Amino acid sequence: MSGGALREPWHSLRRQREAASFGMWLFLASEALLFGGLILAFIATRWFHPAAFAAAGREADIVYGTANTLLLLTSSLTMAVGAQAARAELPRLAGRALGLTLALGLAFLCLKGLEWRADLAKGLWPGPGFALEQPAARIAFAFYWLLTGLHGLHLLGGLSAIAWLAGQAVLGRRPWRSPAFEAAALYWHLIDVVWMFLYPLLYLDGRAA
Amino acid sequence: MSGRSSRRSSKRSLGEATPRSAGAILARSLPVWLVLVGLALASCALAYLPMGRWNMAVSLGIAAAKMLLIGLFFMHLRRPDPLLRLAGGAWLLWVGFLAALVFADQATRAPLTQPEHMEDRTMEPPETAGGRSGF
Repeated sequence: MSGGALREPWHSLRRQREAASFGMWLFLASEALLFGGLILAFIATRWFHPAAFAAAGREADIVYGTANTLLLLTSSLTMAVGAQAARAELPRLAGRALGLTLALGLAFLCLKGLEWRADLAKGLWPGPGFALEQPAARIAFAFYWLLTGLHGLHLLGGLSAIAWLAGQAVLGRRPWRSPAFEAAALYWHLIDVVWMFLYPLLYLDGRAA
Repeated sequence: MSGRSSRRSSKRSLGEATPRSAGAILARSLPVWLVLVGLALASCALAYLPMGRWNMAVSLGIAAAKMLLIGLFFMHLRRPDPLLRLAGGAWLLWVGFLAALVFADQATRAPLTQPEHMEDRTMEPPETAGGRSGF
Protein backbone atom coordinates (compact mmCIF):
# COMPACT_ATOMS: atom_id res chain seq x y z
CA MET A 1 0.00 0.00 0.00
CA SER A 2 2.64 2.51 1.01
CA GLY A 3 5.08 1.31 -1.67
CA GLY A 4 8.12 1.78 0.55
CA ALA A 5 7.27 5.38 1.41
CA LEU A 6 6.31 4.63 5.03
CA ARG A 7 9.05 5.43 7.54
CA GLU A 8 9.54 5.04 11.28
CA PRO A 9 7.86 5.97 13.61
CA TRP A 10 4.56 6.22 11.74
CA HIS A 11 2.00 3.45 11.59
CA SER A 12 0.33 4.68 8.44
CA LEU A 13 1.25 6.75 5.44
CA ARG A 14 -1.72 9.00 6.16
CA ARG A 15 -0.27 10.00 9.53
CA GLN A 16 3.20 10.42 8.07
CA ARG A 17 1.74 12.65 5.38
CA GLU A 18 -0.11 14.77 7.92
CA ALA A 19 3.02 15.08 10.07
CA ALA A 20 5.12 16.18 7.10
CA SER A 21 2.58 18.81 6.11
CA PHE A 22 2.17 19.95 9.72
CA GLY A 23 5.91 20.40 10.18
CA MET A 24 6.14 22.31 6.92
CA TRP A 25 3.23 24.56 7.90
CA LEU A 26 4.98 25.45 11.17
CA PHE A 27 8.09 26.38 9.20
CA LEU A 28 5.97 28.37 6.75
CA ALA A 29 4.47 30.31 9.68
CA SER A 30 7.98 31.44 10.66
CA GLU A 31 8.63 32.40 7.03
CA ALA A 32 5.36 34.32 6.96
CA LEU A 33 6.51 36.29 10.01
CA LEU A 34 9.90 37.00 8.42
CA PHE A 35 8.39 38.36 5.21
CA GLY A 36 5.36 39.78 7.02
CA GLY A 37 7.59 41.83 9.31
CA LEU A 38 9.61 43.20 6.39
CA ILE A 39 6.48 43.98 4.38
CA LEU A 40 4.95 45.78 7.37
CA ALA A 41 8.17 47.80 7.75
CA PHE A 42 7.85 48.69 4.05
CA ILE A 43 4.21 49.78 4.47
CA ALA A 44 4.98 51.77 7.63
CA THR A 45 7.82 53.65 5.92
CA ARG A 46 5.72 54.21 2.80
CA TRP A 47 3.07 55.81 5.01
CA PHE A 48 5.54 58.60 5.88
CA HIS A 49 6.96 59.07 2.36
CA PRO A 50 4.14 58.34 -0.10
CA ALA A 51 5.50 60.51 -2.93
CA ALA A 52 9.03 59.10 -2.78
CA PHE A 53 7.75 55.51 -2.66
CA ALA A 54 5.45 56.19 -5.63
CA ALA A 55 8.42 57.59 -7.58
CA ALA A 56 10.45 54.50 -6.67
CA GLY A 57 7.60 52.21 -7.76
CA ARG A 58 7.48 53.94 -11.15
CA GLU A 59 11.22 53.27 -11.61
CA ALA A 60 10.89 49.51 -11.03
CA ASP A 61 10.58 47.60 -14.31
CA ILE A 62 6.89 46.67 -14.73
CA VAL A 63 7.56 44.35 -17.70
CA TYR A 64 10.04 42.16 -15.82
CA GLY A 65 7.85 42.30 -12.71
CA THR A 66 4.65 41.24 -14.47
CA ALA A 67 6.39 38.55 -16.54
CA ASN A 68 7.90 37.10 -13.37
CA THR A 69 4.51 37.18 -11.64
CA LEU A 70 2.99 35.10 -14.44
CA LEU A 71 5.99 32.72 -14.47
CA LEU A 72 5.71 32.12 -10.75
CA LEU A 73 1.92 31.61 -10.85
CA THR A 74 2.38 29.04 -13.61
CA SER A 75 5.14 27.31 -11.65
CA SER A 76 2.69 27.00 -8.75
CA LEU A 77 0.28 25.24 -11.11
CA THR A 78 2.96 22.79 -12.32
CA MET A 79 4.12 22.19 -8.74
CA ALA A 80 0.55 21.47 -7.59
CA VAL A 81 0.08 19.08 -10.51
CA GLY A 82 3.48 17.46 -9.84
CA ALA A 83 2.77 16.85 -6.16
CA GLN A 84 -0.69 15.42 -6.83
CA ALA A 85 0.64 13.23 -9.64
CA ALA A 86 3.44 11.98 -7.38
CA ARG A 87 0.87 11.09 -4.74
CA ALA A 88 -1.29 9.31 -7.32
CA GLU A 89 1.82 7.43 -8.54
CA LEU A 90 1.73 8.82 -12.08
CA PRO A 91 5.52 9.05 -12.58
CA ARG A 92 5.47 10.46 -16.10
CA LEU A 93 3.13 13.32 -15.28
CA ALA A 94 4.89 13.96 -11.97
CA GLY A 95 8.35 14.02 -13.58
CA ARG A 96 7.25 16.35 -16.34
CA ALA A 97 5.40 18.71 -14.00
CA LEU A 98 8.33 18.92 -11.57
CA GLY A 99 10.74 19.45 -14.48
CA LEU A 100 8.55 22.29 -15.74
CA THR A 101 8.49 23.78 -12.24
CA LEU A 102 12.29 23.76 -12.18
CA ALA A 103 12.43 25.36 -15.63
CA LEU A 104 9.94 28.09 -14.68
CA GLY A 105 11.79 28.80 -11.43
CA LEU A 106 15.09 29.07 -13.28
CA ALA A 107 13.46 31.36 -15.85
CA PHE A 108 12.25 33.57 -12.98
CA LEU A 109 15.78 33.81 -11.58
CA CYS A 110 17.24 34.59 -15.03
CA LEU A 111 14.72 37.39 -15.60
CA LYS A 112 15.42 38.65 -12.09
CA GLY A 113 19.14 38.74 -12.86
CA LEU A 114 18.57 40.68 -16.09
CA GLU A 115 16.28 43.05 -14.20
CA TRP A 116 18.85 43.60 -11.45
CA ARG A 117 21.50 44.35 -14.08
CA ALA A 118 19.20 46.89 -15.77
CA ASP A 119 18.42 48.44 -12.34
CA LEU A 120 22.12 48.84 -11.59
CA ALA A 121 22.68 50.43 -15.01
CA LYS A 122 19.87 52.89 -14.25
CA GLY A 123 21.57 53.84 -10.96
CA LEU A 124 18.92 52.37 -8.68
CA TRP A 125 21.32 51.04 -6.06
CA PRO A 126 20.80 53.29 -3.01
CA GLY A 127 24.40 54.49 -2.79
CA PRO A 128 26.45 57.29 -4.33
CA GLY A 129 25.04 58.42 -7.67
CA PHE A 130 21.51 57.21 -6.88
CA ALA A 131 19.18 58.15 -9.73
CA LEU A 132 16.17 59.55 -7.85
CA GLU A 133 16.03 62.95 -6.16
CA GLN A 134 13.77 62.24 -3.19
CA PRO A 135 15.87 61.10 -0.21
CA ALA A 136 13.24 58.59 0.90
CA ALA A 137 13.33 56.88 -2.52
CA ARG A 138 16.63 55.45 -1.28
CA ILE A 139 14.74 53.75 1.53
CA ALA A 140 12.22 52.38 -0.96
CA PHE A 141 15.03 50.91 -3.07
CA ALA A 142 16.82 49.54 -0.03
CA PHE A 143 13.60 47.60 0.61
CA TYR A 144 13.44 46.62 -3.07
CA TRP A 145 16.92 45.06 -3.03
CA LEU A 146 16.42 43.41 0.35
CA LEU A 147 13.02 41.93 -0.44
CA THR A 148 13.76 40.76 -3.99
CA GLY A 149 17.14 39.37 -2.86
CA LEU A 150 15.67 37.48 0.09
CA HIS A 151 12.85 36.18 -2.09
CA GLY A 152 15.38 35.07 -4.73
CA LEU A 153 17.35 33.16 -2.10
CA HIS A 154 14.19 31.38 -0.98
CA LEU A 155 13.39 30.52 -4.57
CA LEU A 156 16.87 29.09 -5.03
CA GLY A 157 16.36 26.97 -1.90
CA GLY A 158 13.01 25.73 -3.20
CA LEU A 159 14.53 24.87 -6.58
CA SER A 160 17.33 22.88 -4.92
CA ALA A 161 14.86 20.92 -2.77
CA ILE A 162 12.62 20.09 -5.73
CA ALA A 163 15.59 19.10 -7.90
CA TRP A 164 16.94 16.86 -5.15
CA LEU A 165 13.60 15.11 -4.46
CA ALA A 166 12.71 14.71 -8.15
CA GLY A 167 16.21 13.42 -8.91
CA GLN A 168 15.92 10.80 -6.16
CA ALA A 169 12.51 9.71 -7.46
CA VAL A 170 13.71 9.45 -11.06
CA LEU A 171 16.70 7.36 -9.94
CA GLY A 172 14.33 5.07 -8.03
CA ARG A 173 15.71 5.98 -4.61
CA ARG A 174 12.55 7.67 -3.39
CA PRO A 175 9.04 6.31 -3.90
CA TRP A 176 6.71 8.75 -5.66
CA ARG A 177 4.20 8.35 -2.82
CA SER A 178 6.66 9.97 -0.41
CA PRO A 179 5.03 12.87 1.50
CA ALA A 180 8.13 14.98 0.80
CA PHE A 181 6.67 16.10 -2.54
CA GLU A 182 3.66 17.63 -0.87
CA ALA A 183 5.84 19.33 1.74
CA ALA A 184 8.10 20.76 -0.97
CA ALA A 185 5.00 21.93 -2.84
CA LEU A 186 3.79 23.80 0.25
CA TYR A 187 7.13 25.62 0.45
CA TRP A 188 7.02 26.46 -3.26
CA HIS A 189 3.50 27.90 -2.96
CA LEU A 190 4.65 30.08 -0.05
CA ILE A 191 7.38 31.56 -2.26
CA ASP A 192 4.67 32.28 -4.83
CA VAL A 193 2.38 33.90 -2.23
CA VAL A 194 5.20 36.15 -0.96
CA TRP A 195 5.78 37.37 -4.52
CA MET A 196 2.04 38.06 -4.91
CA PHE A 197 2.49 40.75 -2.23
CA LEU A 198 5.90 42.01 -3.37
CA TYR A 199 4.53 42.61 -6.88
CA PRO A 200 1.98 45.33 -5.96
CA LEU A 201 4.23 46.89 -3.31
CA LEU A 202 7.38 47.15 -5.42
CA TYR A 203 6.06 47.44 -8.98
CA LEU A 204 2.50 48.82 -9.03
CA ASP A 205 2.92 51.84 -6.70
CA GLY A 206 2.57 55.24 -8.37
CA ARG A 207 1.62 53.91 -11.82
CA ALA A 208 -1.62 55.90 -12.07
CA ALA A 209 -0.03 59.28 -11.33
CA MET B 1 -16.09 9.68 -9.67
CA SER B 2 -18.43 12.65 -9.62
CA GLY B 3 -17.41 15.83 -7.87
CA ARG B 4 -20.00 15.53 -5.17
CA SER B 5 -19.20 11.97 -4.15
CA SER B 6 -15.45 12.68 -4.07
CA ARG B 7 -16.04 15.65 -1.79
CA ARG B 8 -18.16 13.58 0.54
CA SER B 9 -15.67 10.72 0.72
CA SER B 10 -12.78 13.14 1.30
CA LYS B 11 -14.68 14.54 4.27
CA ARG B 12 -14.92 11.10 5.75
CA SER B 13 -11.26 10.21 5.33
CA LEU B 14 -9.41 13.48 5.98
CA GLY B 15 -8.59 14.06 2.34
CA GLU B 16 -7.33 10.64 1.38
CA ALA B 17 -9.68 10.62 -1.61
CA THR B 18 -7.33 12.64 -3.81
CA PRO B 19 -7.52 12.63 -7.63
CA ARG B 20 -6.02 9.48 -9.12
CA SER B 21 -5.85 10.27 -12.83
CA ALA B 22 -4.00 12.88 -14.85
CA GLY B 23 -7.31 14.20 -16.17
CA ALA B 24 -8.77 14.65 -12.71
CA ILE B 25 -5.61 16.41 -11.46
CA LEU B 26 -5.58 18.85 -14.38
CA ALA B 27 -9.34 19.45 -14.18
CA ARG B 28 -8.87 20.43 -10.55
CA SER B 29 -5.80 22.67 -10.97
CA LEU B 30 -6.12 24.42 -14.35
CA PRO B 31 -9.23 26.52 -13.53
CA VAL B 32 -7.53 27.85 -10.38
CA TRP B 33 -4.49 28.87 -12.45
CA LEU B 34 -6.71 30.62 -15.01
CA VAL B 35 -8.37 32.69 -12.27
CA LEU B 36 -4.96 33.49 -10.74
CA VAL B 37 -3.59 34.73 -14.08
CA GLY B 38 -6.74 36.78 -14.60
CA LEU B 39 -6.34 38.38 -11.18
CA ALA B 40 -2.66 39.15 -11.82
CA LEU B 41 -3.42 40.87 -15.13
CA ALA B 42 -6.34 42.73 -13.54
CA SER B 43 -4.14 44.07 -10.73
CA CYS B 44 -1.58 45.27 -13.30
CA ALA B 45 -4.28 47.03 -15.36
CA LEU B 46 -6.04 48.55 -12.33
CA ALA B 47 -2.73 50.03 -11.11
CA TYR B 48 -2.88 52.45 -14.08
CA LEU B 49 -6.41 53.62 -13.22
CA PRO B 50 -6.19 56.77 -11.08
CA MET B 51 -7.89 55.88 -7.81
CA GLY B 52 -5.66 57.85 -5.46
CA ARG B 53 -5.08 56.09 -2.16
CA TRP B 54 -7.29 53.21 -3.25
CA ASN B 55 -4.79 51.95 -5.84
CA MET B 56 -2.61 50.19 -3.29
CA ALA B 57 -5.62 48.96 -1.33
CA VAL B 58 -7.07 47.37 -4.48
CA SER B 59 -3.81 45.71 -5.52
CA LEU B 60 -3.18 44.37 -2.02
CA GLY B 61 -6.78 43.11 -1.94
CA ILE B 62 -6.17 41.23 -5.19
CA ALA B 63 -2.93 39.82 -3.72
CA ALA B 64 -4.92 38.59 -0.70
CA ALA B 65 -7.47 36.96 -3.01
CA LYS B 66 -4.66 35.18 -4.85
CA MET B 67 -3.18 34.04 -1.53
CA LEU B 68 -6.58 32.64 -0.54
CA LEU B 69 -6.95 30.73 -3.83
CA ILE B 70 -3.42 29.28 -3.60
CA GLY B 71 -3.94 28.38 0.07
CA LEU B 72 -7.30 26.70 -0.43
CA PHE B 73 -6.66 24.83 -3.67
CA PHE B 74 -2.90 24.38 -4.15
CA MET B 75 -1.95 24.13 -0.45
CA HIS B 76 -4.99 21.94 0.26
CA LEU B 77 -6.51 23.94 3.12
CA ARG B 78 -9.85 23.11 1.46
CA ARG B 79 -9.38 19.56 2.79
CA PRO B 80 -11.11 19.23 6.14
CA ASP B 81 -8.01 18.54 8.21
CA PRO B 82 -8.32 20.59 11.44
CA LEU B 83 -4.64 20.28 12.42
CA LEU B 84 -3.35 21.58 9.08
CA ARG B 85 -6.00 24.29 8.89
CA LEU B 86 -5.02 25.58 12.35
CA ALA B 87 -1.30 25.44 11.53
CA GLY B 88 -1.94 27.12 8.17
CA GLY B 89 -3.96 29.94 9.69
CA ALA B 90 -2.05 30.65 12.92
CA TRP B 91 0.42 33.06 11.31
CA LEU B 92 -2.50 35.32 10.33
CA LEU B 93 -3.12 35.95 14.03
CA TRP B 94 0.55 36.72 14.74
CA VAL B 95 1.00 38.99 11.75
CA GLY B 96 -2.34 40.56 12.69
CA PHE B 97 -1.02 41.49 16.17
CA LEU B 98 2.15 42.88 14.60
CA ALA B 99 0.16 44.97 12.12
CA ALA B 100 -2.24 46.23 14.79
CA LEU B 101 0.63 47.44 16.98
CA VAL B 102 2.53 49.02 14.07
CA PHE B 103 -0.49 50.97 12.85
CA ALA B 104 -1.58 51.90 16.39
CA ASP B 105 1.87 53.46 16.84
CA GLN B 106 1.74 55.34 13.57
CA ALA B 107 -1.80 56.60 13.97
CA THR B 108 -1.18 58.03 17.45
CA ARG B 109 2.21 59.75 17.12
CA ALA B 110 2.39 63.45 17.90
CA PRO B 111 2.34 65.41 14.63
CA LEU B 112 5.74 67.04 15.17
CA THR B 113 7.55 63.72 15.12
CA GLN B 114 6.12 62.88 11.69
CA PRO B 115 8.84 63.29 9.07
CA GLU B 116 6.78 65.54 6.80
CA HIS B 117 6.82 68.20 9.53
CA MET B 118 10.56 68.01 9.96
CA GLU B 119 13.25 69.56 7.88
CA ASP B 120 14.83 66.88 5.73
CA ARG B 121 18.58 66.82 6.44
CA THR B 122 19.56 63.59 4.74
CA MET B 123 21.06 65.31 1.70
CA GLU B 124 23.00 67.99 3.61
CA PRO B 125 26.71 67.57 4.26
CA PRO B 126 27.39 66.56 7.86
CA GLU B 127 28.29 69.34 10.29
CA THR B 128 31.92 69.18 11.28
CA ALA B 129 33.04 72.29 13.18
CA GLY B 130 32.60 71.73 16.87
CA GLY B 131 29.18 70.21 16.46
CA ARG B 132 27.62 66.83 16.24
CA SER B 133 29.55 63.86 15.08
CA GLY B 134 28.54 62.32 11.75
CA PHE B 135 26.54 59.52 13.28
